[in-house]
Amino acid sequence: MNNTPVLEVADLTMHYMTRAGAVAAVDGVSFSVERGQAFGLVGESGCGKSSIAISLLKLLPDNARILGGEIRLDGTDIVPLSEEEMRAYRWDRISMVFQAAMNALDPVYRVGDQIVEALEAHARSAASESLQRVRDLYDLVNLNHRFIRRYPHEYSGGMKQRAVIAMALACEPDIVIADEPTTALDVIVQDRILREMQSIRDELNMSMIYISHDMAVIAEVSDVVGVMYAGKIVEYGSASEVFKSPIHPYTRALMSAFPSVTGEKHDLVTLPGEPPNLLDPPSGCSFHPRCPYATDECRTQEPPVVRHGKHWATCWNPPGE
Amino acid sequence: MIEVRDLTKHFPVSSSWFRRARSYVHAVDGVSFDLGRGESFGLVGESGCGKTTTGKLLVRLTDPTSGHIAFDEGNGNVTDIASLKGRALKEFRRNAQMIFQDPYESMNPRRTIFDTIAEPLKVQKLGGPVEQMDRVTRILELVGMTPPGTYLFRFPHELSGGQRQRVAIARALVVEPTFVVADEPTSMLDVSIRTGIMNLMEELADRLGISYLYITHDLAVGRYMCARIAVMYLGKIVEMGETEEILHNPKHPYTRALLSAVPVPDPDYTRPPVRIEGGVSMPLDPPARCRFYDRCPIADDFCRDNDHPPLEDKGGGQLAACYKV
Repeated sequence: MNNTPVLEVADLTMHYMTRAGAVAAVDGVSFSVERGQAFGLVGESGCGKSSIAISLLKLLPDNARILGGEIRLDGTDIVPLSEEEMRAYRWDRISMVFQAAMNALDPVYRVGDQIVEALEAHARSAASESLQRVRDLYDLVNLNHRFIRRYPHEYSGGMKQRAVIAMALACEPDIVIADEPTTALDVIVQDRILREMQSIRDELNMSMIYISHDMAVIAEVSDVVGVMYAGKIVEYGSASEVFKSPIHPYTRALMSAFPSVTGEKHDLVTLPGEPPNLLDPPSGCSFHPRCPYATDECRTQEPPVVRHGKHWATCWNPPGE
Repeated sequence: MIEVRDLTKHFPVSSSWFRRARSYVHAVDGVSFDLGRGESFGLVGESGCGKTTTGKLLVRLTDPTSGHIAFDEGNGNVTDIASLKGRALKEFRRNAQMIFQDPYESMNPRRTIFDTIAEPLKVQKLGGPVEQMDRVTRILELVGMTPPGTYLFRFPHELSGGQRQRVAIARALVVEPTFVVADEPTSMLDVSIRTGIMNLMEELADRLGISYLYITHDLAVGRYMCARIAVMYLGKIVEMGETEEILHNPKHPYTRALLSAVPVPDPDYTRPPVRIEGGVSMPLDPPARCRFYDRCPIADDFCRDNDHPPLEDKGGGQLAACYKV
């Protein structure tokens, strides 16, 4: 593992324009991912984590706008690129594993054909070689070759997810984004797929961005973790720093609200209130309405960054300091 | 309070509309357990293991193929729910309610919160309009939606997921049942909302003396909600006992595999490796042998040649269905 960042995101801001006004889904987010590294983005629904994913691939719906910031892939900022220019990057340099349960596969085409189509669209291989490439990909994700000629409905949930992973890997990207890759799967299948993705990552020295609402999954698969709340990264650091000694009250609350099957059974702490409406985010720190440590400063002014080496959080009153 | 004996549900599968069913899905296959008054009992398992079907059988949203469900109303009357019909069934439903998984799908989007919660009262003909309004208001307060007046005439789409699940709980509890089947009531909710709903359900159980059959795929949630759990696999209970005992000392190879597959929110923790392969197979006309045989790491010829093992005490009241433990 060398330390050149494959991906650098600086001050990324993305809004959805709705009839009710602009929704600040991604609000000044910065992070970087090194080669071979796994970055985990954890947050609750509506915090903007999937909006980051589609911004990185520039697969934006019509009403979404990147209003500022940079997304550097190997040093090139892809934000100003046209759709035409973007094609050289999307899938080839950066790709995405969608949730298989969310219709990532077209039900009326054979799965193998869908992968071949992706390969040929990116001129990765001649028709004669495509099939061999699909076979190699199926080996990589532990799928039997006889399923290449079958339709998505003939696959089980875990197999579909494997096929979607194979598709994301088809063009040998430098970095793969996995948005809730195992959320709809049973634990035993989830466990196996996460392990397989880890070994593929090691084998290809690939970078990954895992996006999930599940803290336990993120804790297990990530080297570096970003905790998101209301469109912002509120805490960032190595997985052990963030999960062992969290700074931000939100991260702390999530940790003490999360039930675990191991260790002593502790009382689960309830976080009051609900995540804010991003059409009308709270002033100051967006977590202040739910924060037990909130003061007047928190209600009126943006919180400063508290740093412990590379581990940081944005908070006025980090508990225990 | 409830004694379930040999409860079985087979769903017929036919190749065409006009053919008689040739094969059956054994969704629930000879399940037996007891549920005490005020107890919260958990059914845990992966999708397709029959836990939801078992829940629906217990409130008779589905009719069992065979088996008995003895329900003790607390006044000495014991009825067999499995064979209830007509008026008796309707009366039973005043005592038994169900909370569903998805707060987005389980409510009619065109009815107000008041109509949604008052529906069971209207069906059961409990009280006039004034009393119904009074009961709905009280139950809304009880589930933490205060002041109730601001929610009564709203529609489901105006509420967040957590609030909707509170309404779903209110709707189940408004007829003052003694028994509630809760089918994954928190699995669609975010962590920060989930704990609130879990605590609310526990608090209401204590206050109103409700027994829960708590259905979940998440062992960690089961740990917090239930003193006793049963682990299901392909229509059978494979292990049953005190939750903490099962988590610390699982006996059945499936429970062990399931437990070691649960991710832990601690980056330094290394889980024991899962030793089973393959996926859950279809419970379509399964052979008589142990249901877990095909995936079991410790199965041998004896397991192959004999019927599914009985659920036996493996020490300290912990039951497991396995010949090899």
